[in-house]
Amino acid sequence: MSATTAPTWVRARRDPSWIVKLFDWKPFLVFACLFPAVGLLTVFLTYPLGLGIWLAFTDTTIGRTGVWVGLENFEYLLEDRLWWGAVFYSVFYTGVATLGKFALGLWLALLLNNNLPFKSLLRAIILLPWIVPTVLSAIAFWWIYDPQFSIVSYVAIKSGLTDTNIDFINTPWHARFSLIAANIWRGIPFVAISLLAGLQTISPSLYEAALLDGSSAWQRFRYITFPMLLPILAIVMTFSIIFTFTDFQLVYAITRGGPVNSTHLLATLAFQRGIAGGQLGEGAAIAVSMIPFLVVATLFSYFALARRKWQQGEGND
Amino acid sequence: MNIITRRSIMLGSAAALVAGGAQAQVRTQGAAATAPRLPIESGATLRMLRPVKFVQPDEDVFRANAAKFKAQTGVEVRVDFVGWEDISQQTAVTANTGAGPDLIIGFNEGPHVYADKLIDMSDVAEYLGQKYGGWLAVAQKYGKRHGTNNWLGLPFGGTAGPLVWRKSAVQAAGFQAPPSDLPGFLDMCKKLKAAGKPAGFALGNAVGDGNGTANWLLWSHGGSLTDEAGKVSINSPQTIQALEYLKELYPTFIPGTIAWGDISNNRAYAANECWVTSNGVSLYFGLKNDPATRAIADDTEHSELPHGVAGSWPSAPLTLNAMVFKHSRYPNAAKAFLQFMLEADQYEPWLDANLGYWAHPLAAYKDAAVWTSDPKVAVFRDSMNNKFWAGYKGPISEASATATNEYLLVQMFAAVASGQSTPADAAREAERRARRIFRR
Repeated sequence: MSATTAPTWVRARRDPSWIVKLFDWKPFLVFACLFPAVGLLTVFLTYPLGLGIWLAFTDTTIGRTGVWVGLENFEYLLEDRLWWGAVFYSVFYTGVATLGKFALGLWLALLLNNNLPFKSLLRAIILLPWIVPTVLSAIAFWWIYDPQFSIVSYVAIKSGLTDTNIDFINTPWHARFSLIAANIWRGIPFVAISLLAGLQTISPSLYEAALLDGSSAWQRFRYITFPMLLPILAIVMTFSIIFTFTDFQLVYAITRGGPVNSTHLLATLAFQRGIAGGQLGEGAAIAVSMIPFLVVATLFSYFALARRKWQQGEGND
Repeated sequence: MNIITRRSIMLGSAAALVAGGAQAQVRTQGAAATAPRLPIESGATLRMLRPVKFVQPDEDVFRANAAKFKAQTGVEVRVDFVGWEDISQQTAVTANTGAGPDLIIGFNEGPHVYADKLIDMSDVAEYLGQKYGGWLAVAQKYGKRHGTNNWLGLPFGGTAGPLVWRKSAVQAAGFQAPPSDLPGFLDMCKKLKAAGKPAGFALGNAVGDGNGTANWLLWSHGGSLTDEAGKVSINSPQTIQALEYLKELYPTFIPGTIAWGDISNNRAYAANECWVTSNGVSLYFGLKNDPATRAIADDTEHSELPHGVAGSWPSAPLTLNAMVFKHSRYPNAAKAFLQFMLEADQYEPWLDANLGYWAHPLAAYKDAAVWTSDPKVAVFRDSMNNKFWAGYKGPISEASATATNEYLLVQMFAAVASGQSTPADAAREAERRARRIFRR
């Protein structure tokens, strides 16, 4: 009885400690959660990018700090035929290499999508060129393209196809296409594996329905595979264009921009001017001049992504 | 490219032991001279950078000399060996931040680029010059501030790239030795090509060999990148002549030289594909120390490149150039250390240990044992007696270094060799680029 008459005990509500209050305060919480990410981005992305852009407007060299020169570096680049050469080759290199990578990569993805023996093993092997560090594959190609000691020349001479060494990198157009071939070799796996992932998301029922309608293989590719693959194709292509346009290692390791500057990409020219030549300001200006091209590539991605809604039957707003 | 084998190291160590063990081996006699008064700061210690060794004894003897300096003065010197590609950048950081090593042995233009960050070396340089027969011509150029007698740096050694040729091939073509005149040299190259034993000179983006080829062609025709005052003078009739000469010479080369890097001519020469080229002494030692190519080394000779109209061997040596920074807390100790290292008791054993990879900047060291150790390295003895430097005829500066590192001259020649440009166009394009580089 007495137990029932005991006063009801209510747990005293203690004031939360200051730290709890602090974390309950939303503005602080937002700040605390974002700080590490924003901090990292600021230190390792915004600052270097900002510094690079600032350097492009100065005449800094490795030996001394520069002064603000406004657009002088860019004005010089516009009349510099080496820069125009690099712009031409960057666009040409990206265009041809991307076409090659996608034609061959798509073909490879379609092959891999069939039921093959040792499917997993084959897919792992396909990835190898992409996994090997670029510098290593570049050095391998450097040997393959060597004017005197090329394995390809050796085999060709031994088998009687030719009696002189093949000219891979000694004349401009040969060098340009040799580098593009190396880039395609390296880029195919990325495209093939990404597109393979896309292919596997396509529902088999679509193909079954098409088969019942008596479609041909080409029709199935043209009206089912290709449209269903288009969104992922667009994204992969954007990445591929960006990687190819900013390529550096293959070109620098194999030709260093030679013969006579005919294979300079904007990235290698920027390095050559900025670091090797010591003219940091001008090198930075060349690097900054790549930005418009990359923005165009990114916009391409944005509009390609927007098309997705349309494909799924929703209104395009 | 230099291949260090066990054999070369043993060979070198033996030389080092002989040189280091018996001081009587030092042949150079210094003349009377008064050393500058350099009271060493109490508690001084030094830190220095220098490029990595060619051969192991280089490092061993250098360290032994530094230990000797400590024994005599109590100054501990920490020597760090830095990769060749990194030394310019590390010099830049040291000079711009005012922190780090007290002294650096860098390359070529270093002291000229950072002149206002350095301690004047005139007293040490004048003393050493007086004592050891004077500084050789290109050493003076690299040491002194342009147009003055003030020494910014102390050249520590240099190495040039002479003609490297196969005796058998040259003699089979009907020559006792490569002709020293340009038309004769062209004639020899034509005959070598006809015999299927072509010459080859790098015309690709190769900092050492490509620039070596371009400089030789330009200077042997009397051309220059800039005039004495540093004004761009590349677009000249002499340059056009040099380009016309290459137009005839290039077809006699082994195919592919426009794509050649620094290593390519070494490989082609070692493979019996290229029979006359230009390179530093490393090619010869690489061949000599490998039993598989020993026969090629025995058949190899060195000589100066054809002079043409040049008064001396038209080749710019790669020069070690020592500098002491103003931010050093122990400037006297640093100067005393460099002076000590260049004295005969230390320098000559070091020179001998290097087997000919580096040549002396002071005239009196011409009698060092190394120059008679192998008759085939004798040509390198006068590497620093040339009257040519990178950026000839102008002052040595950041801009002249940029022109070298951007392959300005190499690309001018390669453009003509490949048929992409006429000589006049190539010279104009080189002038345009040079004006930009030398604009201040």
